Amino acid sequence: MSSPDTVARAAGTPDQPQPFAELGLTEAEYATITRTLGRRPTSAELALYSVMWSEHCSYKSSKVHLKQFADKAPPSSALLAGIGHNAGVVDVGQGYAVTFKIESHNHPSYVEPHQGAATGVGGIVRDILAMGARPVAVMDALRFGPATAPDTRRVLPGVVSGISFYGNCLGLPNIGGELDFDPCYAGNPLINALCVGVMRHDELQVAEGRGPGNKVILFGSTTGPDGVGGASVLASAVFGAADGESAKRPSVQVGDPFTEKLLVECCLELYADGLVVGIQDLGAAGVACATTELAAAGTGGMCVRLDAVPLRDTSLGPPEILMSESQERMMAVVEPDRVDEFLGVCAKWDVRAAVIGEVTDSGRLVMTWHGETVVDIPPSSAADGPVYRRPAGRGAAQDALAADDPDALPRPADGAGMRAALLALIGSAGLADKSWVTDQYDRYVRGDTVLAMPEDGGLVRLDEATGLGIALATDGNGRYCRLDPYLGTQLALSEAYRNVAVTGARPLAVTNCLNFGSPEDPAVMWQFAEAVRGLADGCAALGVPVTGGNVSFYNQTGTTPIHPTPVIGVLGVHDDVRRRLAIGFGPDPDGIVLLGRTRAEFGGSAWAHVLHGHLGGRPPEPDLDAERRLAGLLIAAAEAGVLSAAHDLSDGGLAVALAESCLRGETGCVVTVPGDPFTSLFSESAGRAIVAVRPGAETAFDQLRAAHDVPGVRLGTVGGDSLVFAGLFTIGLAELAAVHTRTLPALFD
Amino acid sequence: MRLAGAEPVSLWHGDRDLSGVDAVVLPGGFSYGDYLRCGAIARFSPVMSELVPAARAGLPVLGICNGFQILCEAHLLPGALTRNAGLKFVTRDVRLRVENAQTAWTRAYRAGQQIVVPLKSGEGAYAAGPATLADLEGSGQVVISYASGNPNGSAASIAGVCNAAGNVVGLMPHPEHAVDGLTGPSADGLGFFASALTGVLA
Repeated sequence: MSSPDTVARAAGTPDQPQPFAELGLTEAEYATITRTLGRRPTSAELALYSVMWSEHCSYKSSKVHLKQFADKAPPSSALLAGIGHNAGVVDVGQGYAVTFKIESHNHPSYVEPHQGAATGVGGIVRDILAMGARPVAVMDALRFGPATAPDTRRVLPGVVSGISFYGNCLGLPNIGGELDFDPCYAGNPLINALCVGVMRHDELQVAEGRGPGNKVILFGSTTGPDGVGGASVLASAVFGAADGESAKRPSVQVGDPFTEKLLVECCLELYADGLVVGIQDLGAAGVACATTELAAAGTGGMCVRLDAVPLRDTSLGPPEILMSESQERMMAVVEPDRVDEFLGVCAKWDVRAAVIGEVTDSGRLVMTWHGETVVDIPPSSAADGPVYRRPAGRGAAQDALAADDPDALPRPADGAGMRAALLALIGSAGLADKSWVTDQYDRYVRGDTVLAMPEDGGLVRLDEATGLGIALATDGNGRYCRLDPYLGTQLALSEAYRNVAVTGARPLAVTNCLNFGSPEDPAVMWQFAEAVRGLADGCAALGVPVTGGNVSFYNQTGTTPIHPTPVIGVLGVHDDVRRRLAIGFGPDPDGIVLLGRTRAEFGGSAWAHVLHGHLGGRPPEPDLDAERRLAGLLIAAAEAGVLSAAHDLSDGGLAVALAESCLRGETGCVVTVPGDPFTSLFSESAGRAIVAVRPGAETAFDQLRAAHDVPGVRLGTVGGDSLVFAGLFTIGLAELAAVHTRTLPALFD
Repeated sequence: MRLAGAEPVSLWHGDRDLSGVDAVVLPGGFSYGDYLRCGAIARFSPVMSELVPAARAGLPVLGICNGFQILCEAHLLPGALTRNAGLKFVTRDVRLRVENAQTAWTRAYRAGQQIVVPLKSGEGAYAAGPATLADLEGSGQVVISYASGNPNGSAASIAGVCNAAGNVVGLMPHPEHAVDGLTGPSADGLGFFASALTGVLA
């Protein structure tokens, strides 16, 4: 092995060229580092800054916008820890706290779908674990290119098998998510993974390296060259041919869910025994990020012996060790006299652990390699990173897009045409039955899953005695956001909020995964700024704060960005999961009521997309006040026990929602739609739901509806073995089910 | 076990100790990640050195999913579990038929009774040689079979088997997920646990 690039050597060789551009740093950023240190960085320091200042870790382009989530946050008594932590923490009552977050793993999943998606699950689970919580469920929001594209047949099955492999082995139920297809994701699928965890209030952990003399322990998997794309550039450029070919490895990490399972149980025991002062998970930027952030958030100094890091490839040097993204690792800060106990718990769970350093009050993060100093920096200089206010401008194409009104599209003239349109919709890949995907996930494990897909929201019981539970939903709609990112993001928020409320749960908090193209493209930056503004305003109006999230930029193929696709997750609390509402119609002849107002809104609709391949006009108008009232009604109605089913209206409108409730309940219905039949059936106006009212409870429900000021119209009755739109058309359940279920198996089996 | 009225006691894989329990459930899961053949490593757990002789001496033992795989690997049960016919993990509520209602774990059911219980496994296809299969069917050691389609390609649609004495039962489906209509498709699975309790108390 070559001798390391030490601090002393760096001071003595100020003009040695360094591969900062290959590592993604700009000339100005490199100059800032040199100025901060008063010398050129060592190769280890350069590695550390390059990953810490990457867009992924530093949020350098998004930070100025994300500030709005805090600035505009509605007052909420439920928030125990907000943005800035690994994940936000929400008080759900009875002494329970819940933490949840969604994160992207888009690019790795395109390169290697199985491992990329698997390690996406692993990463978000460790985020939740680092807060002190036991992870209890996961969800996945997936978007691919056209379902019929050959490459989708490579990517989708791999992604699904990866999520299945990792999540099932970890023993976490997969309770919901999304699956959609659009040509804009053909070269850049979106793989967003959500995890939710539960703890008691006093079990909250912090990511702080406090207390000089406290030990820093790295535990979990050994460190290998996984994900060290940038560092191999560095190794070859700095060390030249003498370094041989040591660091050439695939840049996608490989997941080991069994080790993660052991790590979860080990951490929870460490917390319970009070052995942890501070803890941080290792994700992107590995040891570099964990040490820097722990030091910056704690007493301020830390010394680390990089040669004490357990390796699975002994040829790794300081830069690779710092940048490695080997999975299933955590870093803890532990009082010296508790270290033996800590190591004992790790041994019990067969988890490898090594003391690699200690907290200091020097204000410096110092790292050594066999006695020589290779890093000596102020940790906050790396942790804080640069901040950019990038140019943003409404793209030239927006006006033409808005002017391309879907009203000009030919509409079905009669019942037969509408029947064909409905069948086309429920058989389209985005709206078809998703069992091909969801049957590969374990939704039962842990024994507390009350609702899972294809329900509107996932619902998990937290307390068997009281029935306390949490509901979760994720939603996003790239088409709406392409037409208007401000309104589109509010529509995604509205839908997730509504999906939580239709289970009978009260929405409490919001997480988000903001998938966009390049921030260096002003049109994309405008989309991003509008989306963030829309979400912040929407959360303020709905009274639900953003507790955390993730930004994923550079989702594009060449210079063509994906549709702006913010995926919004909403968490709600259910006071008694025994009173949950599900989407399937029941066996009784219940009355079906449509709640909310329907306007003729087809911009970005599933009908325009599936039947005409059209995207233009304006998206539906969100009505956040109406959403709030609708949610209030659904929660009250669930509590009063007057409903037997409730289902949110979204893609495909009323026609698709009724079809789904019939299919889920394996029973038909007879309805008469009010007003213009086509608008009634396929418009996607926001703030709507269908409910089935128990016989005899009609008056009670009408009173609740009036009290919450929600318009409603009775459509008909549950029963029979067909979906009947009186005077328009009829589809037998068998035909409906056949069309709904055959699409995905035909494409992917 | 708690819902059936028994007191559950956790046993640690690394202890050579059964803590004096009256029956053992080897639950599902992914022992050692199932990276090797499912259950092939877990069968060597220290606790198995106590469990195997106890099971041979008549202790009621139920293996579910990975537990079933471990019991097969430990040769307490005949046959083996292999990759599903579709090569994909399958989660599905399956209709089962109770073929033998006289084992330690099925006496709360009637022979021929149909129940609905979730199945969730990637290597759930039961396999055994023709002679073994004939033996199992002839001696009533097929305890449970899939009653509506064969979700994973199991030989003779076998979902669960027992040893000759009937005290050791292995099941691929998960009765513990069918103990309450709130969190499962039915409460049909409770009978397995109630069966063992009846036997222990008798």
